[in-house]
Amino acid sequence: MSASDHLIPVVVSNVVEVNPIIKRFEFKHVNGDELPAFSGGAHIVVEMLDDGTKRKNPYSLMSSPFERDQYAISVRRDDTGRGGSKFMHEQVRPGMQMKISAPVNLFSLDLRARKHLMIAGGIGITPFIAQMTQADKLGVPFELHYAARSVSQAAYMDSLADRFGDHVSCYCDDQGESVDLEVLLSNQPLGTHVYVCGPKGMIERVVETASSLGWPAAHVHFEHFLAPPVGEPFEVHLAKAGIDITVGAEQSLLEAVEASGTPINCMCRGGACGQCETVVVACDGDIMHNDHWLDEEQRAAKQRIMPCVSRFRGKRLELDL
Amino acid sequence: MTIQFKDESFRGDFSYANSPSNIPRFPFPFPEDEYMYSTNIEPHHAARTGSPFENAFDVDEHYVAEMKDRALVLAEDPGRCQALPHMETAGWDFLELVMVSKARDYPDLFKLTMDGDRWHWINTPLQIDDTFTFGDSSTLPCHPMEYIGRQVQGDHAILDQRDGNLWMDAGIITAQADWSLDFDIGMNFFEWHAPVPLAHELGVFQRALKFLLTLPQGQPSRRLNWTLTVNPRLDTSPENYPKWGPDRMTVTPENIGEKIHLRVELQTFWRLPRSNAILFPIRTYLMAMNEVVTQPKWGRRLHRVMRDLRPELVEYKGLSRYHPILVEWLSQFDDGAPTSPGIFPD
Amino acid sequence: MSDSLIEESILSRPTYGTLKIVPGLAHYFLADASGAECIIRDVQELPRDMMEKVHILYVPTPGEAALITSLYALGAKRFEHFPTIEEAVAKLGEWLSDAKMGSQLYLAGTEGLVGQGVAKGEECGLDHTAVQCEHRGSLARRVQCVHCKTMIEDVTTQPVKCPTCDLLLLVRDHYSRRLAAFQGVCINAEDPTEEIEIKEVFK
Repeated sequence: MSASDHLIPVVVSNVVEVNPIIKRFEFKHVNGDELPAFSGGAHIVVEMLDDGTKRKNPYSLMSSPFERDQYAISVRRDDTGRGGSKFMHEQVRPGMQMKISAPVNLFSLDLRARKHLMIAGGIGITPFIAQMTQADKLGVPFELHYAARSVSQAAYMDSLADRFGDHVSCYCDDQGESVDLEVLLSNQPLGTHVYVCGPKGMIERVVETASSLGWPAAHVHFEHFLAPPVGEPFEVHLAKAGIDITVGAEQSLLEAVEASGTPINCMCRGGACGQCETVVVACDGDIMHNDHWLDEEQRAAKQRIMPCVSRFRGKRLELDL
Repeated sequence: MTIQFKDESFRGDFSYANSPSNIPRFPFPFPEDEYMYSTNIEPHHAARTGSPFENAFDVDEHYVAEMKDRALVLAEDPGRCQALPHMETAGWDFLELVMVSKARDYPDLFKLTMDGDRWHWINTPLQIDDTFTFGDSSTLPCHPMEYIGRQVQGDHAILDQRDGNLWMDAGIITAQADWSLDFDIGMNFFEWHAPVPLAHELGVFQRALKFLLTLPQGQPSRRLNWTLTVNPRLDTSPENYPKWGPDRMTVTPENIGEKIHLRVELQTFWRLPRSNAILFPIRTYLMAMNEVVTQPKWGRRLHRVMRDLRPELVEYKGLSRYHPILVEWLSQFDDGAPTSPGIFPD
Repeated sequence: MSDSLIEESILSRPTYGTLKIVPGLAHYFLADASGAECIIRDVQELPRDMMEKVHILYVPTPGEAALITSLYALGAKRFEHFPTIEEAVAKLGEWLSDAKMGSQLYLAGTEGLVGQGVAKGEECGLDHTAVQCEHRGSLARRVQCVHCKTMIEDVTTQPVKCPTCDLLLLVRDHYSRRLAAFQGVCINAEDPTEEIEIKEVFK
């Protein structure tokens, strides 16, 4: 069973150029039905049929969790990636039919929190837009600290300032502004939870600063918005199916397995949820473990792989699929 | 199809019984002639018209009587229904899931009309006709979990998900097989299962937790669990153990058929949308041994399962006092013939 | 390893470590007489300028004064002592209500004190995984009678008689962090005429 086996047919109802690198896509159910309710921080997987290649990328939902007539996501164009964001930017037009998964939340608010402290970097803003809508409705205090390269790249800042006023602060690199994490994290009431979504370095700085100030790990939450990396093509033998498959340079191992018609579990497609964990039967070479799921010991053992984001380089890889 | 709701009791004179037509739809829990723990979870798809797996939330002839029994338990001990403060959103998720499912599956019994957040709910069997604002608890007489929990058969626990674990942070639990919500509320998955023997060592809970943490929305799962109960008593809580414990002394070879009941829990698991919590309904079905053995396949198989049950499980399930005479009694229904695979009667 | 004598048990039964001061904006300590030495051991190692961040609550044994003197001499920013765990835990709640994230909570002593400190911390928004606990002193248990919900303090026997409902209770290892108590369930409910010997086991 797999979340992306149960896809929802949608029609692209709107495409908005937010700034030169970010576009917002809005989806409605093809029948006009309500879409599933969700919680702030949830993502959907969008299926892209790109000239014979089926690609599935996860994107955070930014629309209000309380409105079910449409979903919205924002996609940052990445010209060095596998082509998913490029496809979205170049090919997807209003009126087009697509398929999306039901929402999955691997970055939910801790509803016990006395206060939610949100720290966003760049496109990492999207899950927080839905979370702020949720926190606001629940009447729980929250603050957003949003870092962007420049005012023009600080997507949605104006509308957030309109909606949430003093609860949001923006910091632009080109103005020499930055969040003073030490001061920020030293002045939060007991019971605060901190959430960070943004570039890897930002996540690390928040986690390290919080830890050095004595924040317990259970109060620190982060989401790596991880896209499957590109790489060299490689061959894999699927032992149960008894077939050999080739994983293309801009394809993930998971997508190649799916394309072969071999059943495999999966959910987040971003190396975080653990669903697609697969037993390695034989490995003569190196696995590039790109996930956040396996620990160091498991990586070194080369007996498990997360096909959604990890790749292989070497002579032979054989999987229990 | 109209269900004839029975007027019956789960205490005192124990007038509870299954109608002959209700017997074959019992969720007999043994697909094979022997039993051992497993993570026997399968998708909760609609299956077999007329079976308890046909609808999301099964409604049967015992519905009204079970809801009366729940009201009695809650009147005596309000602590059987508790929610930690952060579980209100999950309560609304639960209410929505039940109302939408029941109105869809039993349109002759339940009706839901939604005008934005203004909802109108009619529960014909329980004579309820209420209008409220979805998400606003001040428009209901009680917590949304309690409101809907009083209208749906089975106990319901709601599990908050955080830190890679599930936390039993809310529940309405009045028909439980010997565990206390008041004691266990706030515990994580491993803590509330701590007293269960054997299963931890077998890795059953680690596997089950891993599965549940990634349970997708819209794809519920189910499993069956079982025990035996003397008399058709729903409330076998630890709180009331002094009331039901002595029943175990009353079993004799002469009254086994009517006294001992196979108690089956149809457990389902649902990802809730707004809270990201998991709803864990534990729907209990009771059937007297005399009723079970009307299905020859079940009589044969139950004898074999009971005869070969591991001693740790005999002890844990509280069967020790009458296990030998039960096996002896069941042997008369086992002619040694092979049984067909699966749980449904032949 | 701590000096605790607790045997390995089921997964709901808490285990304890040894207090160790970790980075934090403020450090809150709560101990009874059996745990006082843990606070003294750790706090006296701290540099003097750290004492501005140290807050100590203490529940002495009646009549005892020497440990009060020693704890006071540590020079913490705040030091208060109370005759009962209940009062000390209530004061802890007051202090934590003004506290900031980065505050550390350290508990030392009997299981009753430690358990109630953890529950208060959680009530104030501090996840239980962030609280350090060291068990010292007696293994006496705090037990909730599952039948009448009475909290029975300092239980040393197995089984124990509930002072409210008079039932003879088996003290299980099943433990509720929220209640800070072990579970007591009637041991002879099936046959109330059964005679059961009461033994002193939690010393």
